[in-house]
Amino acid sequence: MKFLDEYRDPKLAETLVADIRRRVTRPWVLMEICGGQTHTLMRYGIDNLLPPQVELVHGPGCPVCVTPLEILDKAVEIASRPEVIFVSYGDMLRVPGSTRDLLQVKAAGGDVRIAYSPMEAVDLARKNPDRKVVFFAVGFETTAPANAMAVWQARREGLTNFSILVSHVLVPPAIRLLLESPANRVQGFIAPGHVCSVMGYSEYEELARQYDVPFVVTGFEPLDLLQGIQMLVAQLEEGRTDVENQYARSVTREGNEPARLRMMDVFEVTDRKWRGIGEISQSGYRLREEYAAFDAEKLFGVSNTHADEPPECIAALVLQGIRKPVDCPVFGNRCTPEKPMGAPMVSSEGACAAYYRYRRHDDLVMVQR
Amino acid sequence: MAATLSLSCPIPLQVTDRILLGHGSGGKLSAALLDDIFLRAFRSPVLARLDDQAVFEIGGTRLAFTTDTFVVKPLFFRGGDIGSLAVHGTVNDLAMGGAEPLYLSAGFILEEGLDMDVLRRIAASMAHAAQVAGTEIVTGDTKVVEKGCGDGAFINTTGIGIVRPGVRLSAANALPGDRVIVSGTLGDHGMAILSEREGIGFDTSIVSDSAPLNSLVGTMLDALAGSSLHAIRCMRDPTRGGLASSLNEIAACARVGIELVETSIPIREEVRGACEMLGLDPLYVANEGKLVAIVAPEAADAVLAAMREHPLGLDAQIIGTVGAKHPGLVTARTAFGTSRIVDMLSGDQLPRIC
Repeated sequence: MKFLDEYRDPKLAETLVADIRRRVTRPWVLMEICGGQTHTLMRYGIDNLLPPQVELVHGPGCPVCVTPLEILDKAVEIASRPEVIFVSYGDMLRVPGSTRDLLQVKAAGGDVRIAYSPMEAVDLARKNPDRKVVFFAVGFETTAPANAMAVWQARREGLTNFSILVSHVLVPPAIRLLLESPANRVQGFIAPGHVCSVMGYSEYEELARQYDVPFVVTGFEPLDLLQGIQMLVAQLEEGRTDVENQYARSVTREGNEPARLRMMDVFEVTDRKWRGIGEISQSGYRLREEYAAFDAEKLFGVSNTHADEPPECIAALVLQGIRKPVDCPVFGNRCTPEKPMGAPMVSSEGACAAYYRYRRHDDLVMVQR
Repeated sequence: MAATLSLSCPIPLQVTDRILLGHGSGGKLSAALLDDIFLRAFRSPVLARLDDQAVFEIGGTRLAFTTDTFVVKPLFFRGGDIGSLAVHGTVNDLAMGGAEPLYLSAGFILEEGLDMDVLRRIAASMAHAAQVAGTEIVTGDTKVVEKGCGDGAFINTTGIGIVRPGVRLSAANALPGDRVIVSGTLGDHGMAILSEREGIGFDTSIVSDSAPLNSLVGTMLDALAGSSLHAIRCMRDPTRGGLASSLNEIAACARVGIELVETSIPIREEVRGACEMLGLDPLYVANEGKLVAIVAPEAADAVLAAMREHPLGLDAQIIGTVGAKHPGLVTARTAFGTSRIVDMLSGDQLPRIC
């Protein structure tokens, strides 16, 4: 099939796996940052094809997972107001805040709608001048340009009934935090392809230099991931700590300049709390002062709450790649996708949810031919 | 690591005091609703079998009886409309029990202000679908609700049919060694509806597969004439929740494992592409004109050959086997030779952020 089968060819996969086996001489711990990549690895069992020396740990790159409880509570509070049409990407709706999720708000009469793009929310604002339309602007550097564009467009049109609830987070500060942790085990990073298609990868070159770790900017298809792993193993075995680009069909070193300019016109870097990890300095975006009229937190005066995570949950360790989901005492029993206790079980792209969904039984780890 | 034990869950989200959309998804939430409310209230052993149809005997004849309610947006879509869907859905639930559908009822809940011509078109479509399926709509009812209290038109259909003598289909019959056969490509209906829904609107040529399956089932049973009709253990039409949910129900009911071979599952290129774009898994997307059958190994080839002779079974495939390992679990072998779980979803699939 066009643009899918090319990246899922079992023969090519075998060649790549054989090459990794040939190269590897000692144990290596690699981390994929992005939840989309975790999902592909689990769905196709890529990690089970690898030689035992290559261990993959899963990073904090699931935007749904790391959105803090406090922001979810604000979303619930805003979405419950009768004058509001609350618009969100689909997978945020089931994420539990400290009392409820947005699906429950909808069931209780809140006007909560799923969209595939923030521009749909701008359109709703145009068509419903008597309602207040709020878009839930969640995600990494990948979704930020579109959200910035929506705000910019709304201001240009003079829409006064459109705003966004911002919870944008950034990848490099989270990697820095992991690398500075004394418990860090990660020796090489599979860098997130979609984030880099916007941002380019010069930020990662700085990290590679500073911490002496290699990065490979990698795509999301099974063969992309296998090739990214192969390139990382090659670097590690050869003692190199470069930033290489496996995902050249989408990513350039400079990234997408116009998208970044629009984004930086609307947003500025700020400290952000990550669910399961805590506050990371300079790790997210907020709206600039000149766009304050589009800031839902300010417009609706939602209170600054504090919510605690359940103590049994080891999400912080899982999100930093220190522990595996199956190491958690509540995994699969008191914590399931229906009843998530912590961030990585919340979204289908979270590491715990991916393990739960595809991997509950130990013997499924076996490669069957 | 020592678990900290506490008696209450810190976030007791499972307990919801209101109906959520997910309760209608055919996944785990739907099953919980059935268990907690309806099975407890109605206390019927026939209902408790949880098949797509009730089968019981009256005067020596085994009858199949079923009901289904249709809420679909938009009312008209590529490949069908709410009217034809309401007929096919009920005809197919009867057919999955090995019954030839005889009579249908039709109940309408109409929203004040509905265009009369729309209703006329729906009725004509129902009449045509019933005729093609060889059944007749013999009783009905209409209620009108105030504007804003309905979504144009909701339709309930109930059907009754006679089960072919010698046929006893039940999910509990599935045995290790049996083959899993699907009648054609998966996910067509769900993606056709999604592509036309407001706010998504991607261009596609995907057409709903909505169709009556009773004639295909007849062909399959005919293929076994002379040998044992028990070779077909059970059949399901994987509607909401898709193939994955139907197979999970069978695996749980028969306490067997089901292993699929992912590369043998027929899925149209456009459907795969659209699912990929939206972050959906086609195994969970609804079908309205496909069936999945669990068939004894010695009869699988004959049944498959018969299906491929039928216009609704041209793309039929053996997609997996029933096994003794992992009772209650559906797994899939990927193109890379690895295995994964094909789980039952809790609610609807929600499109991903990125």
